[in-house]
Amino acid sequence: MAANMAEMKPAPSQSRLLLSGNEAVARAVWEAGCNVAAAYPGTPSTEILEVVCTYPDIYAEWSVNEKVSMEVALGASMMGARAFCAMKHVGVNVAADALMTLTLTGTSGGMVIAVADDVGMASSQNEQDSRVYARFAHLPVFEPSDSQEAYEMTKFAFDFSERHQAPVIIRLTARICHVKGVVTVGERVAHTPTGYTKNPERWVMIPTHARRRIPLMFQRDVTLRAESEASPLNVFEPGSDRRVGFVASGPAYMHVKEAFPDAPVLKLGFSHPLPLDKVRALAAQVDLLVVAEEVEPIVENEIKAAGIDCHGKDVLPKLGELAPQVLKPAIESLLGGLPTPAAMPASAAQVFPRPPTLCASCPHMGIYYTLSQLKNIIVSGDIGCYTLGAGHPWNALDTTISMGAAVTVAHGMDKGRGPADANKKILAVIGDSTFLHMGMQGLLDATYNRSNFTLLLLDNGTVGMTGGQNTPANGRDIRGNPAPRINFRQLIEALGVKPERIREVDPYQLPTLFKVIREETKIEEVSVIIAYRPCVLVDEFHATQAYQVIDDKCTGCGNCIEVGCPAIHVTRRDKVVKPSGKEVDLAFVMIDALACTGCGMCLQPCAPDAIVLAENSNVFPLVQK
Amino acid sequence: MNDAITNILVCGIGGQGVMTATEILAEAAIAEGHDAKKTEVAGMAQRGGVVTSHLRFGPKVLSPQIAPGTVHVLLGFEAAEALRWSHYLRPDGLALVNDAHFVPPVVEIGLFDYPEDPIGQMRARGVHTVSFNAAIIARELGDLRLGNTVMLGAIADHLPFSPDVVLRSIEARFARKGEAVVDRNRRAFAAGRAAAQEPVPA
Repeated sequence: MAANMAEMKPAPSQSRLLLSGNEAVARAVWEAGCNVAAAYPGTPSTEILEVVCTYPDIYAEWSVNEKVSMEVALGASMMGARAFCAMKHVGVNVAADALMTLTLTGTSGGMVIAVADDVGMASSQNEQDSRVYARFAHLPVFEPSDSQEAYEMTKFAFDFSERHQAPVIIRLTARICHVKGVVTVGERVAHTPTGYTKNPERWVMIPTHARRRIPLMFQRDVTLRAESEASPLNVFEPGSDRRVGFVASGPAYMHVKEAFPDAPVLKLGFSHPLPLDKVRALAAQVDLLVVAEEVEPIVENEIKAAGIDCHGKDVLPKLGELAPQVLKPAIESLLGGLPTPAAMPASAAQVFPRPPTLCASCPHMGIYYTLSQLKNIIVSGDIGCYTLGAGHPWNALDTTISMGAAVTVAHGMDKGRGPADANKKILAVIGDSTFLHMGMQGLLDATYNRSNFTLLLLDNGTVGMTGGQNTPANGRDIRGNPAPRINFRQLIEALGVKPERIREVDPYQLPTLFKVIREETKIEEVSVIIAYRPCVLVDEFHATQAYQVIDDKCTGCGNCIEVGCPAIHVTRRDKVVKPSGKEVDLAFVMIDALACTGCGMCLQPCAPDAIVLAENSNVFPLVQK
Repeated sequence: MNDAITNILVCGIGGQGVMTATEILAEAAIAEGHDAKKTEVAGMAQRGGVVTSHLRFGPKVLSPQIAPGTVHVLLGFEAAEALRWSHYLRPDGLALVNDAHFVPPVVEIGLFDYPEDPIGQMRARGVHTVSFNAAIIARELGDLRLGNTVMLGAIADHLPFSPDVVLRSIEARFARKGEAVVDRNRRAFAAGRAAAQEPVPA
């Protein structure tokens, strides 16, 4: 949130609250006396730190990326502080370099890493399973299946981490993060950092030290496995119908209980290392054993490797969530019966798709409208709201891979181009926060290696896609207090871009934007166009007088529709035959005065000047034609 | 799947207040002593995409997700969205629909058509549908922002607890904004209740 966020008074102990999984984790982090918490925003994990920072007596920060947040937490842990970091699943890729070595150093103060997997991909580029990383790094995993458990497991994880001197990974999924459920909260117990102890053999991970630490890690595997076997987080629920038994974790556990209330279940709350003795005990009692886990068949494969026969991804989908309506028919047909026609639902009505759109007055619209008017270009994109530029009506993105890849992929395209692409102009598009996350290094690489592309830095002064978090680009910290603000021109110049190749434009001024892009793409070196306008979701944005369409003047050309603004609506369609004999579609429009916030982008391509300030306007327009 | 559980599906478009409205209903259910879970797809939702919020309450809620064909009440903030999700209703379910049409850019640029008479199509599919225009009701009350309270009023007589429980949950939300705001919301709530009453057959 952009505004200065007043610390709220935490609800008293024993309150029964309606909390999302993210809010429940945040409450537990505070109650556990955590001293330092860090994260980079990312759906579905964002709200954890947004809520942590509303609690008193805890240092919280938006870090510039996930690796940074994990190392900040590790540093705090070395001081004997309790430390926490949170990230979305793909954030672990960024943090993996730190993760793979901090498992060798271990931790001092309790350290908890919350990882939120976007199962079903509501807002991510892939569906990777973070439990794979936990195995790669030999770290314990707790998997809550609702908000109450998210709260309890997170709080317990700090103690557990201190006991084993290793971080605990809390694996959440979107269906835990964003489900609100009832949570009974408890008391906070303050933690005073126990102090730093100099110990180079542990904290300086040179090969000699690593060779000594790795066997300790293997020893820890054995200890953790015993903990898992004994843990009350791994519960056996006997059930009464022994035809099929389930091993289930996370939201899948709730779905199993919903779909098969009488089946025996081994609920995995502490899912790595796996309590194989408990699995064996369940297998001995049931006709068929099914592993219900979301995304990869990890538990299934480990159970099979232990010589226990089971089903899993042979009958259940490998993609998306295991909702009751997915589980029930799959398991019923495994049992040899036909799926029960439980109140056979009607088929869905055919309704148009409604993809997310850019907001009215979104500065990205100016960029994508302009790019959509340019021919013979390749646009390398990135992660953020501006990924929507790949959609209608702009269709203006050629690639989206990972954070920062706009810059490096563009550089690689330039170096890899052959005669077929010799005349193409290569552009890259990246947001301010994504640039600071992982784009800067790529730009340095590009200038150092004499590349040739034009980078559009879309500076909207916030992390927009996740709801408008603060960033070094807007000069406010996580709590909304003033903080040092990055100067993009200086930064980009320091990364090796010539001062004259750094241009600053207003993305609302379409003709200027068009002209500057044309100029910079003609010059065969790296250039950067900084397009600044605040995101419409943040305080810096001020809506101005709405525009309207004069019906008599609108010729139905449809140019304004190509801007892609959700406030523009077609009132009437028609066809005309041009003197050349060509049939042309016409679309006459109106502007929704309630949705229009007065950016004025639509009136710039309007040939007949049919778009004017709405009546009773007394506000100076943002854009003059 | 579980008869003791009430399933409410609230649907609309990112930015309309679907999630907040559902949260108020969840708070009401909890105040009544129920267990409750509320879930939706969020993330890109605020940017004009499809939003559905699932609310389940009863003695003990397990899965937060509602299966198609099991919804007791569908509260639609937009007509085409109500039609999109109408197959989630039980055969004896009820749809309460704000007959507003929000036309997205993909329709404006001519790639898709907005359905003709979505409410009529729902009825043709055999869905028991009550429709009204929350925006017009809110405008008559002098403030378009009251639309969501109108929607909550509309569902209040179709829940297994007293409408007053929902009203108290709304009052608690607006309490710090002063008595005048609370009072406007009370009137919007009453207008929503009236709008969702079945017309008396002639």
